Amino acid sequence: MKMVDLKVNIAGIDLKNPVIAASGTFGFGREYSEFIDLNRLGGIATKGLTLNPRQGNKPPRIAETPSGILNSVGLQNPGVKAFIEDEIPFLKKFNTSIIANVAGSTIEEYCEVVEMLSEQDVDAIELNISCPNVREGCLAFGTNKEGTGFLTKEVRKLCKKPLIVKLSPNVTDISEIALSAEANGADAVSLINTLVGMSIDIDERRPILANIVGGLSGPAVKPVAVRMVYEVSQSVKIPVIGMGGISKWDDAIEFFLAGASAIMVGTANMSNPRATIEVIEGIEKYLESNHFSSIGEIVGLLKTEQ
Amino acid sequence: MPKMLLEEIKSVEEIAKGIFKFSVFSDYVSKNAKPGQFVNIKCNDDSYVPLLRRPISIMNVDREKGTFDFVIQVKGIGTENISKMNARDKIDIMACLGNSFEISESYKNIAVVGGGIGIFPLLFLINDFNELNKNIKIDTFLGFRNKDLVVLENEFKSASGNLFIATDDGSYGHKGLVTELLIKEIGESDYDIIYTCGPLPMIRKVALIAANNNIKCQVSLEQRMGCGIGACLVCVCNIKSNDKAHEYKHVCKDGPVFWADKIVFED
Repeated sequence: MKMVDLKVNIAGIDLKNPVIAASGTFGFGREYSEFIDLNRLGGIATKGLTLNPRQGNKPPRIAETPSGILNSVGLQNPGVKAFIEDEIPFLKKFNTSIIANVAGSTIEEYCEVVEMLSEQDVDAIELNISCPNVREGCLAFGTNKEGTGFLTKEVRKLCKKPLIVKLSPNVTDISEIALSAEANGADAVSLINTLVGMSIDIDERRPILANIVGGLSGPAVKPVAVRMVYEVSQSVKIPVIGMGGISKWDDAIEFFLAGASAIMVGTANMSNPRATIEVIEGIEKYLESNHFSSIGEIVGLLKTEQ
Repeated sequence: MPKMLLEEIKSVEEIAKGIFKFSVFSDYVSKNAKPGQFVNIKCNDDSYVPLLRRPISIMNVDREKGTFDFVIQVKGIGTENISKMNARDKIDIMACLGNSFEISESYKNIAVVGGGIGIFPLLFLINDFNELNKNIKIDTFLGFRNKDLVVLENEFKSASGNLFIATDDGSYGHKGLVTELLIKEIGESDYDIIYTCGPLPMIRKVALIAANNNIKCQVSLEQRMGCGIGACLVCVCNIKSNDKAHEYKHVCKDGPVFWADKIVFED
């Protein structure tokens, strides 16, 4: 006797629940399908896709930090064609929403990939304008409102799917960038991508990552992410998808209260392949025991008056 | 298919300073594990310190008793936390992960070269070879920093035809590199294949010796890992592929075992 409704509609996408596997930690779902039932997920955001296959950065690509990790994968992916041929048919076997994450080095590359994916059976496109591990393009678009606005506008012209723009936290004012994405046609924003960080091996006196710097994720970034989700959701009218260090259900509730309409779980999958499922179950219990009947009722339900 | 398991620890023994041997009850691992595979061990109490699991090679299985063994050397907070677990404690593992060494009846004369904590998966390998073929000829070469770190000598001795040991400081066995022992024997022997696991400089040397002598060679590689199942793409190694010059393969899923002549060793 389930009284709780976990369904959400974000930017025109119907999700069976508000929990999405975050891009970059979940591949295309294959590996995790051996540990969990992908049918239970609200959605899967794919590994970032580029026009051509990318080999990514030199190893080591990961460093463990206090309650977090730094990664510098550098968008290793098989390219959009292989995704369309091999991965969409696999993902379509499951009853979950497919969010294709798109990255690129130039405006033209973003546009070409988005145009190709617009003809495919995916539910939405997430624009990665904030990958810290690719020197050219990418991050440059995401760190100022002009770049974000221009890229969003160009992509919007070709994109026939709901368009989510994924924001970088490595900025002075994330709200103005979110507003720029909204003004130029984004249907939703997702945040935060990783924070640029660095870690040093003091015996070798070298950076641990071959790339020197990488993106910080995991529980260490959660307070920053909650703050940014709060700020952005105060500023924009489009839905906000929150992420950054969500490992357990109570982390997810913080994001909903701060204003997120859905959330993504990333780094937690690495140590706990069941993290997404446990978050879904925990959210449901929280709603039940607090007598809410739908997830929408707690979105932005934050008391800030003294 | 890999699984998440909560298993009971049968025993823990400190076999050398800071080196612990664990025996764990697990029907699933004992029946399904293959030499070269590893388990990914949870080593925090939900405190996020450390955040990641620790990938540890399976050292042996007892298929009748339904147990498997692994050995860890305390190096950081993760291995330290594992070392504090006791018999009858539950241990949270993902198993069995990665590919495995190629074991075949056609290999009748093999060499096994291990260094430091890289020796452990090789015991599982030679035990399985002995089970497959009673007449197998196995030469095992083990290298350690010093006498205090020489472990499992009896286990390797009883499973090998010949056991050669080297230490860096000469406090036990041959003084010098384990690869010097391999070079000495390789002229007299006619190995069908060499298997190796250990520090990168040793692995490179073994791969070179194998190539120079036209002997097949399989290597188990190490790399900093994230998920352990091939999704996060952090633990790469450079592998020659047929249609491309090279390709970043993933140690956790495509490996940890690779053919030595396919590895592009990077600095």
